[in-house]
Amino acid sequence: MDIPREKLLLMVERMLKVRHFEDRVKDLFAAGEMPGFVHLYLGEEAVAVGACAALNDDDYITSTHRGHGHIIAKGGDVKRMMAELYGKATGYNKGKGGSMHIADPSLGILGANGIVGAGLPIATGAGLSAKLRKSGQVTVCFFGDGASNQGTFHEAINIAAAFDLPVVYVCENNLYAVGTRQGDVRKVEDIADRGVGYDIPGLAVDGNDVVAVYEACKEAVDRARAGMGPTLIECKTYRWRTHFEGEPDTYRPPEEVEAWIKREPIAPYRKLLIEQGVLTEAQADEIEADVVRELDEAVEFARQSPLPEPETALQGLWA
Amino acid sequence: MRTLTYAEALAEAMAEEMRRDPAVVLWGIDIGPYGGAFGATRGLSEEFGPERVIDMPVSEAGYTGCGVGAAATGLRPIVELQFSDWITIASDMLINQAANMRYMFGGEISIPLVLRAPVGGYTSAAAQHSHSFESIFAYVAGLKVALPATPYDAKGLLKSAIRDNNPVIFFEHKKLYEVEGEVPQEDYTIPLGQADVKRAGSDVTIVTYSYMVSKSLAAAEQLAADGIDVEVVDLRTVDPIDEDAILASVKKTHRLVVVQETWRKCSVSSEVAAIVAEKALDYLDEPIVRVTAHDVPVPFTPVLEEYVLPSEEKIVAAVKRVAG
Repeated sequence: MDIPREKLLLMVERMLKVRHFEDRVKDLFAAGEMPGFVHLYLGEEAVAVGACAALNDDDYITSTHRGHGHIIAKGGDVKRMMAELYGKATGYNKGKGGSMHIADPSLGILGANGIVGAGLPIATGAGLSAKLRKSGQVTVCFFGDGASNQGTFHEAINIAAAFDLPVVYVCENNLYAVGTRQGDVRKVEDIADRGVGYDIPGLAVDGNDVVAVYEACKEAVDRARAGMGPTLIECKTYRWRTHFEGEPDTYRPPEEVEAWIKREPIAPYRKLLIEQGVLTEAQADEIEADVVRELDEAVEFARQSPLPEPETALQGLWA
Repeated sequence: MRTLTYAEALAEAMAEEMRRDPAVVLWGIDIGPYGGAFGATRGLSEEFGPERVIDMPVSEAGYTGCGVGAAATGLRPIVELQFSDWITIASDMLINQAANMRYMFGGEISIPLVLRAPVGGYTSAAAQHSHSFESIFAYVAGLKVALPATPYDAKGLLKSAIRDNNPVIFFEHKKLYEVEGEVPQEDYTIPLGQADVKRAGSDVTIVTYSYMVSKSLAAAEQLAADGIDVEVVDLRTVDPIDEDAILASVKKTHRLVVVQETWRKCSVSSEVAAIVAEKALDYLDEPIVRVTAHDVPVPFTPVLEEYVLPSEEKIVAAVKRVAG
């Protein structure tokens, strides 16, 4: 494992932050503290964290409706995120976006997106922009298995391939698009195989193994930065929760859910770091305690923050 | 003053802005050495090269979305659609993405994007190459919509659109690309949201835009011979719409005809009528009359197309109705 220590520690910290953030949101949403609806990233932490760990601070990501994990993995401020989920004036979007629409261009986060597959052309445009500006920036485009059946997937990857754009397409294959099992609506087993159709590398990795995701993404990011074009990486993973919170799970066998929860990504990674001497048990506990404290503060910040003034609904349309 | 065609005026606007700002880039189908389906990008790839004038695959959602992503990351892309009818394929990128992003993200990101597209009928091209969808895009909060009627307006409005920090849909009329008009060589811009009185008159106001400006002006000449003095107000942009100009003219003439090429219901003409009904009803001496396409797809054969679309004769008849 030829990964710098800081990177290894960052990955454990970020995965824990995603896990605890989502656990809080699950409970706070169930308690009626948040309006709207939320899609949780529990179980998929290794994908966002492994991919973002391969990026520089000024690199870009595009995210999805299930975006909390991506935002945190890219360095998003959990206070402003939590406040946005509460619909407060101090939130990332000043209460105008909510869970599905957090953006932070200062961190290269070009926005979560409520339209399945819409991030692919936008990420490709960010890649084209970086290439034309000769900025050296790489874009990671997160999307799901459902989005891989949208026309935008094919259009965007064809454009990126044709122009050797610095974009890494990271597909989170969690087996279900809402309630539809993907094998029923797609012929190919591996979405990664679709890379062949665009003459770009396509590889499938274990999306619950943060090191595997990081290593695959690092190689793809390095290729992209070197001007060698895009890569399609399919991360096989699973969401523990239903599509959105409150949806009854009528479509997944309980034993399938149980099996994936047993394969959760954080504990084995923590164990690995301890075995390899990167961390002691006490240090790992301390990292987790810090994350818990940060989230306590985030929830408190969100609760105490004011709601936006109603008139602000009419502000901010035009630049 | 020197004259240019509408297509040349558009190309000049883009060339000037590309020289002025390296962030301005252009892509679409056949816009490179080919010069664009209607010639509006002729000469640009020779001057600016394939890095800034990019031929795209036939992927309207894909390359329009690339415009959104590039606009969010420091460029000022101009995206050309070959025919505006295909904007339906690209419309998620415009309606759900470009229009929403700044507001929805709490002001974190701006989208300085121009989407150029040829609109309009009168070419026997039938229903998938003749439509004008400005009413749909004017309806969307967060998009500006411009439709120049002359070479002069084409250059000045396009330069403003390129410099605007918001998404602008720029509809160019196919029947206008070869029309010549005076265009200053120097740099000038026309603000988005400012109508232009193309013909001053005292008896009846025609509010219109795009190719219907020419038809309305021709109708006004005919009507002048009958002693009816028509004022033709060219909106130039339908979002923002210049309410003051509409109301000022109606308060002067007390009679309003709205002329637009496309469908009637829920359209720009409906909006103009609603503005006047809300804000100047007492000034009207006659009910508002609208001249629009019939609400059917644009048909192919000329006799049917002429029946469906507005004509000089239909405008003349409408003005005579309100002129009493």
